[in-house]
Amino acid sequence: MPRQDDEPLVRRAAKSHNLTEAQYAQIVRILKRRPTLTEVGMFGVLWSEHCSYASSKIYLKTFPTKGKRILVAAGKENAGLVDIGDGLGVAFKVESHNHPSAVEPHAGAATGVGGIIRDIFTMGARPIALFDSLRFGPLNGHQRTRFLFEGVVKGIADYGNAVGVPTVGGEIYFDETYRENPLVNVMCIGVVPHKAVAKGAARGIGNPVIYVGSSTGRDGLGGASFASRELTEESEADRPAVQLGDPFAEKCLIEATLEALATGDVVGIQDMGAAGLTCSTCETASRGRCGMEIDVAKVPRRESGMTPYEVMLSESQERMLLIAKKGKEAAITRLFARWGLHAVTIGRVTGGDRMRVFDGSELVADLPVAALTHGAPVYRRPVKRPADVARRQRLPLRAIPLPRDYSQTLLQLLGSPTIADKAAVYEQYDHMVQTNTAVLPGRSDAAVLRVKGTDSLLAATTDANGTYCLLDPYEGGKLAVAEAARNLACVGAEPLAVTDCLNFGSPQDPGVMWQLRECVRGIAEACRAFETPVTGGNVSLYNESPSGAVDPTPVIGMIGLLQRPPVTMEFKDEGDAIILLGETREELGGSEYLKLIHGRKQGRPPRVDLAGERRLQRLLAAAARDGLLKSAHDCAEGGLAVALAECCLAERDRMLGASLEAEALASGRRLRLDALLFGESAGRVVISCEPRRADAAAALAERFNVPARLIGRVGGGRLVLGDWIDAGVAEMSLAWRGAFKL
Amino acid sequence: MIARVSVTLKPSILDPQGKTIHQALESLGFKGVTRVRMGKLIEIELKHGSKAAAKRDVERMCRKLLANPIVETYRIDLAS
Amino acid sequence: MKFGVVVFPGSNCDQDCVQVLRDVLGQEVVPLWHQDSSLRGCECVVLPGGFSYGDYLRTGAIAKLSPVMKSVAAFAKDGGLVIGICNGFQILLEAGLLPGAMLRNTSLRFICRYVNLRVERTDTPFTNRFQAGQVVRMPIAHNEGNYIVDAAGLKRITAQGQALFRYCDADGQVTNTANPNGSLEAIAGLCNEAGNVLGMMPHPERASEPALGSADGRGVFESLLSAVAYR
Repeated sequence: MPRQDDEPLVRRAAKSHNLTEAQYAQIVRILKRRPTLTEVGMFGVLWSEHCSYASSKIYLKTFPTKGKRILVAAGKENAGLVDIGDGLGVAFKVESHNHPSAVEPHAGAATGVGGIIRDIFTMGARPIALFDSLRFGPLNGHQRTRFLFEGVVKGIADYGNAVGVPTVGGEIYFDETYRENPLVNVMCIGVVPHKAVAKGAARGIGNPVIYVGSSTGRDGLGGASFASRELTEESEADRPAVQLGDPFAEKCLIEATLEALATGDVVGIQDMGAAGLTCSTCETASRGRCGMEIDVAKVPRRESGMTPYEVMLSESQERMLLIAKKGKEAAITRLFARWGLHAVTIGRVTGGDRMRVFDGSELVADLPVAALTHGAPVYRRPVKRPADVARRQRLPLRAIPLPRDYSQTLLQLLGSPTIADKAAVYEQYDHMVQTNTAVLPGRSDAAVLRVKGTDSLLAATTDANGTYCLLDPYEGGKLAVAEAARNLACVGAEPLAVTDCLNFGSPQDPGVMWQLRECVRGIAEACRAFETPVTGGNVSLYNESPSGAVDPTPVIGMIGLLQRPPVTMEFKDEGDAIILLGETREELGGSEYLKLIHGRKQGRPPRVDLAGERRLQRLLAAAARDGLLKSAHDCAEGGLAVALAECCLAERDRMLGASLEAEALASGRRLRLDALLFGESAGRVVISCEPRRADAAAALAERFNVPARLIGRVGGGRLVLGDWIDAGVAEMSLAWRGAFKL
Repeated sequence: MIARVSVTLKPSILDPQGKTIHQALESLGFKGVTRVRMGKLIEIELKHGSKAAAKRDVERMCRKLLANPIVETYRIDLAS
Repeated sequence: MKFGVVVFPGSNCDQDCVQVLRDVLGQEVVPLWHQDSSLRGCECVVLPGGFSYGDYLRTGAIAKLSPVMKSVAAFAKDGGLVIGICNGFQILLEAGLLPGAMLRNTSLRFICRYVNLRVERTDTPFTNRFQAGQVVRMPIAHNEGNYIVDAAGLKRITAQGQALFRYCDADGQVTNTANPNGSLEAIAGLCNEAGNVLGMMPHPERASEPALGSADGRGVFESLLSAVAYR
């Protein structure tokens, strides 16, 4: 039995880990004695919301997770795995690093990148692409927001560029709701041959448990004042609250780990992310249904005087835990040493079900593995529809004046940071390393990467719209999935699978739990309709500021597959026919236009017809296959007018105008003009094709039962929409490209 | 003994980081700033030896590795 | 032709170079580990892009001390062909195999995008497949590509015609706006006086297949093949 620590200290530790009195009592019952400080820390982190998904678990279970291409389903390993043919699988996952980025944007974002990359190569997959889904407050005039924005972008660049994984896509939104609490979500995609997939389970009694990578410091232990008995207030101030990342170490760790996995000497592997050594040891033991013994005295350290508690809970970056075949310790140590990295045997796999932690010869923790992992609490928190939802959904359209000058409104929208060109950001990211980037950022609705050694191309995107979800979380959830799938379809890809990052406020607020439940319901329904199972993801709660919770923001990451050259968004040649697929309705609720021009975040978001979206996706795939599409771009924020402008502008060196006829646009329906031009009705895509093939395109659309209308022609130096909009391409380009002064 | 080596760009070389910091300081209202040079500080703990010997060693370190003589200058401060 | 691609810890374009040389151009390629001295009989050594040793201290400063670089220096002195791309260029400068140094981009930001380059000379092992004055497109991706050299050095570089590539606009004009990083005289690629060592910031290996947007970079590697074939 481990030596007992001072009870008040242990109690204080339990409290600071947010363990309730009841949970503390439960721990005492499990152990049949008082826990030690180290034990209470281990329970604390594994039972935390962050590790256990206590509040969201009952909803996450409702996601569809099965499919014919799913090789590893959600929750089984560190990331889901999807079959893409040719004996290859794709591992992908999105994760949040919101809170660390709010404190120290550079380090917070950088370690977010590092963490998600480790999740992917832990599966044996080589990371081939990164995406960043970022949300900040409005840029104008707020120094803190600019500091956060620039710091996050630089953090992503400094880490991603050095580690040699291209950052090929993502999104950036600016909205008041994220001012105090920015959202920094990162998605990583990796490719692995089926036969090389690594497992996250500890197996084989007596097999060595090996710590590899950087040394351990007190990173991520900020505020843990009970941690050390000797701790003084002064030293407390020296402690980093956020972890610092070392992309050089990570790059070496990727290469060394993939090399080690290729030897066949590694039976199990787990990255050390949140709750570091605690989580990685307990989870591998839990998956392998075995016990484990480790000695924290053997853990490489870069600070002196660390207690076992601190070593077990440290969140130092660039570390992994390997379980190797017995007798292979020396070979693995040599392999990692070649890359300048530690590889130290710190323990072994045992029979039984105990996780035992020693500090030299002293036992400091002795816990049943199952109680730590499967025994984590699951909450069914109170759910209540917030009273203000109905009020927000009311949109008195009559009170909203029509713009006097639609061209001016278009230019305003193009110049708003959410819609504007993001080249100033993505040009800071190495988006070409690994030479798979088949379409450069900003040129298509989804990123497209070739998969070397195959004829396949992988398409991927991240999408979310917090405003839609605020106004109607159920519809908002569906819309996010629909937009992601539409973006993939626009490049010609078939959507395969989804990962999600649910960014919400405090789960103790029944209104937030209602938003979560409704968003999940919408996402699940859309994923079922599109046959794109959810393979995993992340939940980030407590995204709050003194003024309240952030708008509910479920970020959808989706991957798809195509076998032909990708379709890009820019208009290609003078005279090409422009066709609008889908139906425009009088839907202004939740639009960027309403927010930017009229200062209103109101109304119901656009309705989404999942069956119609599915038909649209299939139509686009068929049209791409038939070589009908010269360009395709979906109508999203800013509506049809912005979509058309982006088609004109996307290729900087060869911008082309377009003329659209008023009658064709309006199609005989009496819509408010602002709804027609700037409304965000879902399920719409602007395509262009050779004039002589316009009829074929229309016929194909009819076959798929998708509304299609020839609305105009590519050409000239201006974008002309009926009598309403007439804007020079150069003028639009200036507005669109000039929004970010970085 | 501790050697503190500060490495900065040579005065003849444009230092955009220094310039940016300079402008930022002025925007904060610090009027008296005439020049800002950005550089790096390298702290080297040395085991033993006389101050003169240490200085000689650190000089060599600077020339061989710590500073690039084409664009950088360095200053060495020794403290025990 | 046998190429050796050096792998430093932190190199991240080594596999891209290997793939182009082996799969696109059908040449023999071997990796050269930074701690090994042997160049394994290679006819051309490639120092790839990346962040060797994390680019800590100074870009390229630690890499120049590695065992493989001693061999590369001797190989270059004997007239062996060496090409340093991006970080490889920075290493060649630190190692003194090329004159000058790199400063941070004037924007103080990492820049990743396509640029236009003017080919200044075609009588070299690296550019013989191009036309003089030809404008080619290749991507750059770096933090420190702002080349600098003292007045005497510049005079020598100019007299010897060592600048092989300059940043330019689509029409081949060298202008301030076409210079992405502030590089002196818009120098994007530079060879030594003997003409057997080239350093360039743009990535020819990222522009060697039409599917990736440009195949102009292939000309650099094909030039090497021609140079060796006719030597």
